[in-house]
Amino acid sequence: MFEKLFGRKKSSAVAKDRLKLVLIHDRRLISNTVLNEMKDELIKVISKYIKIEQEEINIQFDVETENRNRGALIVNVPVKDILKK
Amino acid sequence: MGKVYVVTSGKGGVGKTTTTANLGVGLAKNGNSVVLMDADIGLRNLDVILGLENRIVYNSMDVMEGTCRLKQALIKDKRYDKLFLLPASQTNDKMDVSTEMMKKLVAELKEKFDYVLIDCPAGIEQGFKNAIVGADEALIITTPEISSIRDADRVIGLLAASEMGEIKLIVNRVKMKLINEGNMLHMDDIVDILGLDIVGVVPDDEEIVISTNRGEPVTVKAVSPSGKAYMNIAGRIVGEDIPFLNIDEKRSFASKFKNFFSR
Repeated sequence: MFEKLFGRKKSSAVAKDRLKLVLIHDRRLISNTVLNEMKDELIKVISKYIKIEQEEINIQFDVETENRNRGALIVNVPVKDILKK
Repeated sequence: MGKVYVVTSGKGGVGKTTTTANLGVGLAKNGNSVVLMDADIGLRNLDVILGLENRIVYNSMDVMEGTCRLKQALIKDKRYDKLFLLPASQTNDKMDVSTEMMKKLVAELKEKFDYVLIDCPAGIEQGFKNAIVGADEALIITTPEISSIRDADRVIGLLAASEMGEIKLIVNRVKMKLINEGNMLHMDDIVDILGLDIVGVVPDDEEIVISTNRGEPVTVKAVSPSGKAYMNIAGRIVGEDIPFLNIDEKRSFASKFKNFFSR
């Protein structure tokens, strides 16, 4: 509404948007280094049992917006072929 | 057995010490016994805000080290019989205090007073950790600025991880004129972003400067806007149901205005 009226976004709205973005980053409890370490170890463990696309593994940690103490660790592992033991 | 609050913010200069002093006076005026503990070792200021700087003989470090008894270090306020200050050491370092020592001291204060307010140092290092260790609940002070809100969020995360009881928000230095112009974050937005219950909003007030100069908290006379706001917060802390006044009326006007244009 303000944008249409005055051609420029109000500074409080800018602040809110910037703050939200910054907090998404700040609230991540696990650093990228740790995530990558975890990814490497997971690859090792999973590879013992299943043939996987190592390059395609996607691992991320999301913090819930409503409850900052909760989050989800999402690991996506594409399977190539299930090995027989 | 009293209740221990830590007054904290992460960022410095947002009004932790001023808030601690004013809530202390407010609680004492409500008939409670209150002790205000300065946990900012090496950079104490609660004494000057209260106008008690000339009465300091011993400090919390002396008590923790056993140089004096707690009673000797407590300074009785000039104005209120039930209000006391426990000053911080100005010569020691924050690292000189162990969390164990703090825990023991705070437990002792909790037994003797209805309310213990701990003025936390800025930052999230050892001084912060020591200040929160014995607290039952936390009061987070933030101004409506992006830097202060960000730091508050960080502190809230740390407090939640340390299993702090209730954590409540006080928004300080609110300028209604700027909010109405759309150039300052509204307290509702701050509440929304930080996800905490709000216990009070304090308007930006020149009286604070004068009050600091004189060493007399604004709650002593409680006629200025900030003085009234702090009295309201003290009332809410003791469990009174005090509505958020005029500041919200202006908001409803602003939102009506907004609704009118977005129709």
